[in-house]
Amino acid sequence: MTAKIAYDDVEVGTELPTQSFPVKRATLVQYAGASGDFNPIHWNEKFAKEVGLPDVIAHGMFTMAEAIRVVTDWTGDPGAVVGYGVRFTKPVVVPNDDQGAVIEVTGKVGAKLDDNTVRVDLTVTSGGLKVLGMSRAVVRLA
Amino acid sequence: MALDQSFVGRTYPPTDPYEVGREKIREFAEAVGDANPAYTDPEAAKALGYADVIAPPTFVFSITFKAAGQVVQDPQLGLDYSRVVHGDQKFAYRRPVRAGDRLTVTSTIEAVKSMAGNDILDIRGEVHDESGEHVVTAWTKLVARAAEPADSVDATDGKA
Repeated sequence: MTAKIAYDDVEVGTELPTQSFPVKRATLVQYAGASGDFNPIHWNEKFAKEVGLPDVIAHGMFTMAEAIRVVTDWTGDPGAVVGYGVRFTKPVVVPNDDQGAVIEVTGKVGAKLDDNTVRVDLTVTSGGLKVLGMSRAVVRLA
Repeated sequence: MALDQSFVGRTYPPTDPYEVGREKIREFAEAVGDANPAYTDPEAAKALGYADVIAPPTFVFSITFKAAGQVVQDPQLGLDYSRVVHGDQKFAYRRPVRAGDRLTVTSTIEAVKSMAGNDILDIRGEVHDESGEHVVTAWTKLVARAAEPADSVDATDGKA
């Protein structure tokens, strides 16, 4: 456990470096293979529309995986994450073009807790819409 | 259709061990575009104090969700799996998952609710390693949306 950020060096309101994560159709195919989630709403436009979605959408767990990168890049040690939770509020719609979609993630320290841990509150949006709610991680700092 | 409330508190038998492979972790890290060396370079992982490469925080979901399959597909429960979306997800980590782990999952139904025609199912998955040590707990909320014309779908991550 060797987080590169010290507990004493952060305060409530400390901001983590913001990151943007592009996601294209190919990204979703790759994630489907790696995760074993082959639900057609993540790669088949016709199927997605038939079940009432605007288009193919990203896996919620893909978005969750991207969002925590803001935290693990900040701490350096991914094992510093002791808790992580999100609510899936809106889908990340991924059009079949060169652009795809972009997931924007900002984070800040929301609370300093016991045992050198802090709560990081993440804000996760795509196309200006919040796609995750109650997105929070608890991280043990040095 | 309302779910069978008697299922609350039901625990399913532990799954067969899933052996975490270095290359599977690498594949997952590449799929999420994360170049953190702790996921691919054993030396970098050792420098952080781990015996082998570790997995990204959400990697374990693939294992716990597969285990939850025995719950959601239990015909006695009566969940309409074709209408299921992923409502929320939480993890509490005792330690990171690492290559070489042989993990078993024990799934428990924590809550069964019906709200506005939607069936809501909360499943807790306790993940243990080969020595019986607790590694991580995963809480998964699944929502089976009421069968009605989809005019305002705010579905997130359907898992049909």
